[in-house]
Amino acid sequence: MTEHDVIDLKVAGRRSEADEPTSPVARFGVDEPLRLDAGVDLAPWQIAYQTYGELNADRSNAVLVCHALTGDQHVASLNPVTGKPGWWQSLVGPGLPIDTNRFFVVCANVIGGCMGTTGPASSDPATGRAYALDFPLVTIRDMVRAQAMLIDRLGIQSLFCVIGGSMGGMQVLQWAATYPERVFAAMPIATAARHSAQNIAFHEVGRQAVMADPDWRRGRYLDEGVRPRKGLAVARMGAHITYLSEPALHRKFGRTFQDRHAPTFSFDADFQIESYLRYQGMTFVERFDANSYLYVTRAMDYFDLAEEHGGVLARAFKGTPTRFCVMSFTSDWLFPTVESRALVHALNAGGGQVGFVEIESDKGHDAFLLEEPTLFAAARGFIDAAAAVRGLR
Amino acid sequence: MTAAADIQAARVAGARLARTEASAGQLPTAPPGARRDHLLVCRMVQPGSRVLDVGCGDGSLLALLRETRGADSRGIELSRDGVSDCLAKGLAVIQGDADTDLENYPDDAFDYVILSQTLQATRQPRTVLEHMLRIGRHAIVSFPNFGHWRVRFELGVRGRMPVTENMPHSWYDTPNIHFCTIRDFVGLCRELGATMDEAHALDAGGQPVRWHMPWWFWNLFGEQGVFLLRRG
Repeated sequence: MTEHDVIDLKVAGRRSEADEPTSPVARFGVDEPLRLDAGVDLAPWQIAYQTYGELNADRSNAVLVCHALTGDQHVASLNPVTGKPGWWQSLVGPGLPIDTNRFFVVCANVIGGCMGTTGPASSDPATGRAYALDFPLVTIRDMVRAQAMLIDRLGIQSLFCVIGGSMGGMQVLQWAATYPERVFAAMPIATAARHSAQNIAFHEVGRQAVMADPDWRRGRYLDEGVRPRKGLAVARMGAHITYLSEPALHRKFGRTFQDRHAPTFSFDADFQIESYLRYQGMTFVERFDANSYLYVTRAMDYFDLAEEHGGVLARAFKGTPTRFCVMSFTSDWLFPTVESRALVHALNAGGGQVGFVEIESDKGHDAFLLEEPTLFAAARGFIDAAAAVRGLR
Repeated sequence: MTAAADIQAARVAGARLARTEASAGQLPTAPPGARRDHLLVCRMVQPGSRVLDVGCGDGSLLALLRETRGADSRGIELSRDGVSDCLAKGLAVIQGDADTDLENYPDDAFDYVILSQTLQATRQPRTVLEHMLRIGRHAIVSFPNFGHWRVRFELGVRGRMPVTENMPHSWYDTPNIHFCTIRDFVGLCRELGATMDEAHALDAGGQPVRWHMPWWFWNLFGEQGVFLLRRG
């Protein structure tokens, strides 16, 4: 078997993961459409999710984890596509801050994603082919609406906590703004109440890289048995830099050469950082759908929570009953602390109960996914205190 | 009214309040290890109030207010370690700066805004106090008294910047950049048109200086002043 055969098998796997995921899936028929901000009723549709722990008798211990741009529902268990551990296994599990011995943890793939929730890689029942660009544009609010319908179906009225970082944090904020009575506690981490011009710019570069790949085929690559590998890899390489920080890159890679002692005077990956980025791009292509990348980045771009409240963010949270714990990281230049501060000021002005800490870290935006003792300590303190108020043991 | 008369009136009112509350036994048994100045602040706060502690450190005063007064306790703290300690106590504390962040709070957002041993470390004490009186229906301020006899002795007799238990820093590494005396503080309150509902001076042991002493006695023997204020 050649290397390409292996990849094609994985592609075939991805295709089935989009329609028949290796996780529970809630299916909604034509009578239960998902109303999208784009003005379209999506039906039928489905949402793939994972759960950990047990729902208690009065259904009060549910924690919803919202994943980031390229994350999925496999938050604390082996990922069926990559074979790697769950993406937040450091925070979610038995005895961890989000303790699966105490809480019923739910994590769902977002609408527009490619891991089993309906998205551009899913089969369009009207044609039998993948939706591709026929899939309607989705927003963060659409993602949250879809999650709310799943939570309804699971028989949960009120969530004990909604937590997430980056795009996951946007969903947390949208949850608290749209369903304040259903969110007891909220932890938006390394996020913002709106996507900045700079971040939209980075996303646009990524999308253009995908669409410039001749194998993108105006989005119809799945029908034609090809995939825009190069374009998506370049998009990922560029994005990956924004998740790190200059000091972290320098600490990890410096100017070290890759498997050589001198420059080769060519465009090979002479430097370790080049080789690292190429690897990141390559592995990403194997696990993520290019059109999904277009849709989900677009959803983040459209996010501006103040906009639906006359441009005043505080109004989004006026009189909120939810208790918040906001966190940012010193070296995060994608979602810098100033964004979290604006959010905290709005929550305060709205009378919200809010804690906020800026965590010292040189790991950039990705710090929220990594081992950060201060993050864990603050999360544990906040969650335990909130659980005590809620009467959870 | 002169500053002296102001203090006298406030002290009488304060002493009366303190006496009635003590006899009514409104403050549950003090937890062991609680600071005396914290207990005094707790006594000033009505049960079930919304409280903002500006510069709340590790949150021990806020926790005490929550436990003994059932207060809805919020805080602002500059240091990351302090904020983490507070979050671990389940307190709603945000990392921030008294000098820059108070302006973001709406009017009358709290029943009490507390500045405990922090006034002297702010860049703009007057502005901070103005914001406190705007945000809160009451303001509670405690601060080390630079008019205390030991401070005067260090400066007047020994000719050195004072280093005491209450002010443990050397002049070159102190965060305290705006010291004042009890009289100075009363002067500022008058300028801002704030009403003093209570005034206390605590001695070195944290015990209230006996209230019937004349004002100069307070300014000389009080190691710290604790004031309950409200808008004029």
